[in-house]
Amino acid sequence: MRDVSFGQYYPTGSVIHRLDPRAKIIFMLIYMVIIFFVASYCGYALVALFLFTVTAVAKIPIKTLFKSVKAILVLMIFTAVINIFFYHEGKVLVDWWIIEITLGGIDFAIKMALRISLLVMGTSLLSFTTTPVELTDAIESLLHPLTYIKVPVHDIALIMSIALRFIPGLMDETDKIMMAQKARGAEIDTGGLVKKIKAMLPVLIPLFVSAIRRADELADALDARCYNASKHRTKMKVLKFGVKDAVATLIVLVFATLILLDKYLLGGLDGYIVEFVKGLAG
Amino acid sequence: MRIEVKDLAFTYSPGTPFAKRALDGIDLSIEEGDFVGILGHTGSGKSTFILHLNGLIKLQSGSIDVFDIKLVPDKKNKQDLRKLRGTVGMVFQYPEYQLFEDTVEKDVAFGPKNLGLSQEKVDRRVERAIRLVGLDFEDIRGRAPFELSGGQKRRVAIAGIIAMQPRVLVLDEPTAGLDPYGKEQILELITRLKKECSPTVIVISHDVDEITRFASRIVVFNDGKVAFDLPMNELFRRSEELAAMGLEIPRAVRIADKLRARGIDLGDVVNADDLVRAIVRKFDKNNMDETDIAKLSAAQFDFGSDEAFGGAGGEA
Repeated sequence: MRDVSFGQYYPTGSVIHRLDPRAKIIFMLIYMVIIFFVASYCGYALVALFLFTVTAVAKIPIKTLFKSVKAILVLMIFTAVINIFFYHEGKVLVDWWIIEITLGGIDFAIKMALRISLLVMGTSLLSFTTTPVELTDAIESLLHPLTYIKVPVHDIALIMSIALRFIPGLMDETDKIMMAQKARGAEIDTGGLVKKIKAMLPVLIPLFVSAIRRADELADALDARCYNASKHRTKMKVLKFGVKDAVATLIVLVFATLILLDKYLLGGLDGYIVEFVKGLAG
Repeated sequence: MRIEVKDLAFTYSPGTPFAKRALDGIDLSIEEGDFVGILGHTGSGKSTFILHLNGLIKLQSGSIDVFDIKLVPDKKNKQDLRKLRGTVGMVFQYPEYQLFEDTVEKDVAFGPKNLGLSQEKVDRRVERAIRLVGLDFEDIRGRAPFELSGGQKRRVAIAGIIAMQPRVLVLDEPTAGLDPYGKEQILELITRLKKECSPTVIVISHDVDEITRFASRIVVFNDGKVAFDLPMNELFRRSEELAAMGLEIPRAVRIADKLRARGIDLGDVVNADDLVRAIVRKFDKNNMDETDIAKLSAAQFDFGSDEAFGGAGGEA
């Protein structure tokens, strides 16, 4: 249960870890959008280079980053296979019965797989370098403008941070209850689907009971301290956008510009390289 | 027949920045019939150790023999694990949080059912276990565990383990979160269970006064190692080492030490019973017999255990 990749903060204290979390969230969004503008394999190479450089600067082992892809491996293979079989464009390589595999299909499938894995690794990088608390603070700060149209941003942020705060506790609790039931001879990880679901009951019922009890206690504790989400509340840690965040912004913008240049100005660098190699050969 | 632990080591999350060595070369052998108290402060590795006894943690290095069941690293043997869980009964901290069935009877039956016993056998064991923990079987069998009081819930949870009839009973902080009266009852229950159900008992506690009351052997964990392992009545000689490890010294030992400093030597004293006995022997002019002393000794727990000696102990 501990292996569930969530809030998988990986503390190294690097400069990436110390960036303003708001900036990191925005970088993340830019990165996610820009991946869909990548037009060539050269572009993907650039994205990968960017991602791995950031990972190296953050002092996170590349293995840890790859592990995050493992979780969606099935999804990736599934999309790749679907694309190979249903995308018909370009030179036909295999044509047998109802199956038609084209060069375009393979090209598209590879690009799709690259896109998904780069997306997942990028988002994981954010969670490796930013604590859940920082993330909620940043989201609250970024959503602040919405308070003008009466969106209870602070309440939403509080709900989020409480939920996040509860997760490690509940994981621990799950672990403990599982062990206790295993000690009573419960076989939790074996058998078919129905048997597995049935076997989860002795874990889930105590877990819900304890979650509700904890929530109740927390609500009492908040009430006892007269907590209310007024706008006059101050923060212990005030987020600051500093010089290193400005530098990081610059780097991200250069990266994004390069990708856009590749797509709109050059129309994909791959074609030029192919031409160049052909030129050399011929 | 014995439990033999050899060179056991364990690290949590190995190979990550969170890696934490919890056990570091544990050698321990527990004879059948032992009543072992395990002491140690938070993070000393005592909980990790007992999880190993039930195969709840995968062995990383070293070996554990529980009677005729052998555990070594990288061995997957379901048969062994099932047998082990029938042999060693684990009562976790706050065991009442693991109750889940809609009736007490069904919940207690969960363990024996998993052992694959016949319905008839299960029923017999359930009834016996519920009676053993001191609850009224007819009254409680059909009630929902969640409507019981805290102490009753804990008894039901313990009954759930007892019903598996383990030869070794392991309890992790069995009195945590109970009032003095509830604590007293659970301690009595443990002594009774040792006599009538599981001959070998291992209890984890951080309350040294509690452990000295019943255990016949004390194992102290410190920093993932066995700091010392000795018969109960030798514990008083180690009070300074206990203090150095940040553990409390039994109140009776502290009192005896203070008296000795003032020239009154009571001899070997470990727990409150010994203390009462020693004082009576020393100063009694009426020649009280054993039963009177026992009565006197039992009377001390009517104060509510904390106030009784709290003032006298003070700084050790």
